[in-house]
Amino acid sequence: MTQVVLFNVFNGLIVGAFYALMALGLSLILNLSGVINFAHGGFLAIGGYLAYMLIPYVGFWGALVVAPFLTAFLGLIVERVLICRVYGRDPLYSLLLTFGLAFIFEDGTRFIWGAQSLPFQVPGWLMSPLSSDYFFLTGYRLFMVVVVAVAVAALFFILGRTRLGMRIRAGTLDLETVSVLGVNVRILRNLNFGLGVYLAGLAGVLAVGQLGLQPTIGSSLIMPSFVAIIVGGLGSLPGTLLGGLLIGVASGITTVYFPSATEAVIYVMMALVLLVRPRGLLGEEGRF
Amino acid sequence: MNSFDFNKQAANVLVWLLLLAAPYWLPAIGGYVELGTRVVVLGLAAMALNFLLGYTGVLSFGHAAYFGLGAYGVGMMIRYVVPSTGLGILVGTLVGTVAAAIIGPLIIRLRGVYFAMVTIAFGQVFYFIAFRWNSVTGGDDGLIGWTRQPLHLGFVTVDILHNPNAFYYLVLVLFAVALGVMAWLLHSPFGRTLIAIRENERRARFLGIPVDWHIWMSWVISCGFVSLAGTLYALLNNFVDPRALYWTQSGDFVIMAVLGGMRSFWGPLIGAAIYVVLQDYLSSQTENWMSFIGLFFVLVVLFFPRGVLGFIRRRAAS
Repeated sequence: MTQVVLFNVFNGLIVGAFYALMALGLSLILNLSGVINFAHGGFLAIGGYLAYMLIPYVGFWGALVVAPFLTAFLGLIVERVLICRVYGRDPLYSLLLTFGLAFIFEDGTRFIWGAQSLPFQVPGWLMSPLSSDYFFLTGYRLFMVVVVAVAVAALFFILGRTRLGMRIRAGTLDLETVSVLGVNVRILRNLNFGLGVYLAGLAGVLAVGQLGLQPTIGSSLIMPSFVAIIVGGLGSLPGTLLGGLLIGVASGITTVYFPSATEAVIYVMMALVLLVRPRGLLGEEGRF
Repeated sequence: MNSFDFNKQAANVLVWLLLLAAPYWLPAIGGYVELGTRVVVLGLAAMALNFLLGYTGVLSFGHAAYFGLGAYGVGMMIRYVVPSTGLGILVGTLVGTVAAAIIGPLIIRLRGVYFAMVTIAFGQVFYFIAFRWNSVTGGDDGLIGWTRQPLHLGFVTVDILHNPNAFYYLVLVLFAVALGVMAWLLHSPFGRTLIAIRENERRARFLGIPVDWHIWMSWVISCGFVSLAGTLYALLNNFVDPRALYWTQSGDFVIMAVLGGMRSFWGPLIGAAIYVVLQDYLSSQTENWMSFIGLFFVLVVLFFPRGVLGFIRRRAAS
């Protein structure tokens, strides 16, 4: 029994790490530009499929590095051409725009790569269990956690220690002042969007290694990311990280005791958080 | 009566005449009666959403949940409890309304994108319940094994199952009642207060208006009528599946409202008509209709944000 519980907690942690990675990207974009990017799941799927295309040429490790950058590049273009047009307008329009994009991305991946799921090869040695007692602890699972940890550390380093990160944080608080101080806000928002999409692409490559490739992979992961943001608190990136891990572990534990509520439990958590602390666990008072 | 009021009255009469005669002119232009019924049902859903979106200024992206609850309510009532269409509609509408009333207090303090995000996420709970509770809801395959029942009106029994015109008129009657109630509410002091909140929430608060209570009421009314639309949608198809609850359905309602014109009473119905006909056409023409619908969303946002009626009104004003 302990082993089953441990297995599911660990599994939940991995799932939570995915949610967190995706939710961090969403949060970045939401905080600076006020846009909820429904197309985030689409970018995640594209990241996965790009990696699938790249593997024959550059191998798994090359794909892991290159695919997220290509996804981010696509993100930069989409922001420049479409998303930037709805800044400053009623949030309704950015929601509908990214909603439409999500449809296009999902259908587009289905059109290009087919509706059936495709196998995704990760190096064999990563797939073997590390310990005979804890059979579930495959190298790939551990590897995913490590990659997510590195990515999150790098993100917080960029935000905390670099000029770009400083500007993003300042812009989150008061974009107008940042603009008056001579920062090109257009480029800042563009790069910020690209950074968010990069995280989605990275999550995509990791996710398809575990779940396989299918066009709907993005739309099934986006709602939990919303919940992660709400539970953690809007406007707080550490909160988003915490929220993602919490809901992952919660759904992992629920799998043991009440499997059919695995998906529903995170929404119950969200309701509880909204009831007790409407701004979320680490959210700022009065921001929304 | 000035000319603007006259025009408004003339437009109202025209819309009702078109709706009343729909089963007769629709086939003549290549449509079919069920298509008309679908427009009226989804139009009702979009107009109910617009009560909250356009008139109260609250951005809900989760109305599919209550639409779906209404749909499952009527289906399960007829399948498991009493084979009665009227009772099913009543129960389905009640289920959706009560669920909205319970969730309401959790979300009415939130605004803007935050409200949108929370409403859409809440909708997923019902989706997963419908999806997972196989033995009762039929899971992914949907709730089957039931049909809409003949309507007993005391002195006469109407077969709404095999006579599409009869069902269309049943839907139209309920649509008219729902619209009458919404129009009456919007013209009452309560409705004017909602518009005041939309225009300037802070000022409304300073005037002593209980803003949260008004938003809660508006949310419950809006969700109630969406559940009614959901029951009619299930009866139309004789079938419910979890997709009626999925978050993409909420987006459809919002785009209908925006496409027709959020600031006008009839706008969402026009949006629904355009959207339903377009979707019907695209899904018969291409497998990739989703891409085209997505493209349609993008184009509406970029080039047509005020919707059809907003566009016409602007033309008329200039």
